[in-house]
Amino acid sequence: MNPTTMGQAQVDRPTARLSLAYVWVAYAAFGLAALAGMLQGMVRGGLIELPSWTNYYQILTAHGVLMALIFTTYFIIGFLLSGVAKTTGGSLHGTARGLGWIGWILMTIGTAMAVVTIVMNDASVLYTFYAPLKASPFFYIGSALLVVGSWFGGFAIFSSYRKWRRENRGKLSPLFVFMSVTTFILWLIATVPVAVEVLFQLIPWSLGWTPSINIMLSRTLFWFFGHPLVYFWLMPAYIAWYVCVPRVIGGHIFSDSLARLSFILLLLFSMPVGFHHQLMEPGISPGWKMIHVILTLIVVVPSLMTAFSMFATFETTGRKKGGVGLFGWFKKLPWSDVRFFAPFVGMLFFIPAGAGGIINASNQMNAVVHNTIFVTGHFHITIGAAVALTFFGVSYWLIPVLTGRTLTRTANRMGMVQTVFWSVGMFLMSFAMHYLGLQGTPRRTDYTTYMDHPTALGWMDYQRVMGFGGGLLFVAAVLLILILGYLTFYAPKGKTEYPIAEPETEQHTPRILERWPVWVGVLLFLIVMAYGIPIADQLTHNPPGSPPIRTW
Amino acid sequence: MHLHRYEKIWLILGSGGLALFIVLLCVNAFAMGMAPPSNMEMIDPAKVTETPPFDNPGLKKLNDNEYDAYMTAFAFGFAPNKMEVPVGAKVNFHVTSPDVVHGFQIPGTNVNFMVMPGHINSATYTFDKPGEYLILCNEYCGAGHQVMATTIIVK
Repeated sequence: MNPTTMGQAQVDRPTARLSLAYVWVAYAAFGLAALAGMLQGMVRGGLIELPSWTNYYQILTAHGVLMALIFTTYFIIGFLLSGVAKTTGGSLHGTARGLGWIGWILMTIGTAMAVVTIVMNDASVLYTFYAPLKASPFFYIGSALLVVGSWFGGFAIFSSYRKWRRENRGKLSPLFVFMSVTTFILWLIATVPVAVEVLFQLIPWSLGWTPSINIMLSRTLFWFFGHPLVYFWLMPAYIAWYVCVPRVIGGHIFSDSLARLSFILLLLFSMPVGFHHQLMEPGISPGWKMIHVILTLIVVVPSLMTAFSMFATFETTGRKKGGVGLFGWFKKLPWSDVRFFAPFVGMLFFIPAGAGGIINASNQMNAVVHNTIFVTGHFHITIGAAVALTFFGVSYWLIPVLTGRTLTRTANRMGMVQTVFWSVGMFLMSFAMHYLGLQGTPRRTDYTTYMDHPTALGWMDYQRVMGFGGGLLFVAAVLLILILGYLTFYAPKGKTEYPIAEPETEQHTPRILERWPVWVGVLLFLIVMAYGIPIADQLTHNPPGSPPIRTW
Repeated sequence: MHLHRYEKIWLILGSGGLALFIVLLCVNAFAMGMAPPSNMEMIDPAKVTETPPFDNPGLKKLNDNEYDAYMTAFAFGFAPNKMEVPVGAKVNFHVTSPDVVHGFQIPGTNVNFMVMPGHINSATYTFDKPGEYLILCNEYCGAGHQVMATTIIVK
């Protein structure tokens, strides 16, 4: 394998335009979502009241849908398409680009439909859309278009991968491409159950074609999708950590085969685990819940592998730069480079986030935190800090690469300020959320004192801390959009490197890691084992269904 | 595939810790009877108010200090509205919903479960300390979700 050289192609114009179109829809959604999030924090802290033409649950739905579904999915497709192009010779071929644009158009129509129904207050069902709360059918149709559109993003990646393999028979695929393919295999399989829920349960029921809906089944299908969804957010961040960050700091990939193995493990253990979101529900036996809990916790293994790889790369690189002693290498890392600093802070957030995740997934401890704001705190330090900070760090070099501009020193410094604001805001907000959750404060709830009950009154100080953290996060979000706008339209023209690291020495990677039929087969086996009997049971042994209900 | 020696140690310790943790979870759930609320009983959600004992929600005394609390959770409240038990009482909560999905949580205790239309869910708690315990809905259920609460007085 040749080390990457600066002379190699970056990303050609047509591919860059496609990738940029995805990234900018992502950040438009992000900006609106950040505004909604800040308002929620302020309301919850008792600092402001919303005007009568909107309400807490409407902006909560907007925040969840725009952040968790729109921002993430668009950014991920934009980033992965650019990286696949970069690592397969600098461009996507016509078919892949066409698929990419079809996906973008379908997703954007779907997003518009969902946003309009939310703005009209016809879809205040939150992004989990738990039936029998019934939104406008257009909300569900929009969501379905969003999902189907995202599949085309995946098809674009698969098509590039096939072309590359045809032209490079017998060779190991580039790590970035391998990881992108794994991510989209996960996404394609994971979105099937939610597509079934939306197409066969929610849409006919919301249109009045079927009178009632099987609640248990709809929730099981949702969480069959809901957990791999969070890995779908995480894996592109891991791609940046494994492949891009080592290059940014001037180092190498620690181990190509371990990186691939950790992705295969993430794929396998992302899906047969959904019941850990339903631990407190009736109608699922404790035995099946425990099977899902055990399969969930196996994610600890690839997480430990990733942590080891990251710090091994940091230490090796720091020592090469002259760091001596036990921690001397640490000082040699490029602390003032936002392309490293932002994802690094994200990694730090991921350590307590992983511990919190183990608490959530554990049978008994889940009873303490289930549906409390602890859970909200948890996913704000996973997706909102570890993943988001990594995406910001990527954007600081990706957008200049795509627009043929440069990340100036001032823009870099502003990016550092932005990272600090986001991190401090997220720390304050999520710390308060974790603390309050342990006291029993519920999540997804408008400002309330429960008729001045002393228990609820005792939560108010920390709710104000949450609001303050939300304010800092909003400042950071505005700053980010300003910097990215500058990098898109005004920064000086120049050459920016697309950072792709390589292993330092020739490494032997077992070929079985790239035999997809094996892994997809194992995955399907695990899914059937974990879900076959419970879903068959829910289909045959169920209470009378529920009619549609609108309670807002 | 080459594994660095330190990485081997790291992964063995990590996986060993994980295995021990999983064993503890299983012992907790199955040997010590602390499995999460997983009641398998079903009910017709349209007929909750006609189905005994939910047609007359409230406390049913089982013996000296044990009660069954049959409750309904609906948009946006709980029935019965107020309950009172003596200190040291063991209460078995049985809750169902006639409309949408709700939550049932008593902050400061481990009572926390989902209430779903068509299903009855249950949890048991022994109230050893006096006080007015807040019972709240912790699953979004509509415009009035934030006022959906009741109390149980222990004295």
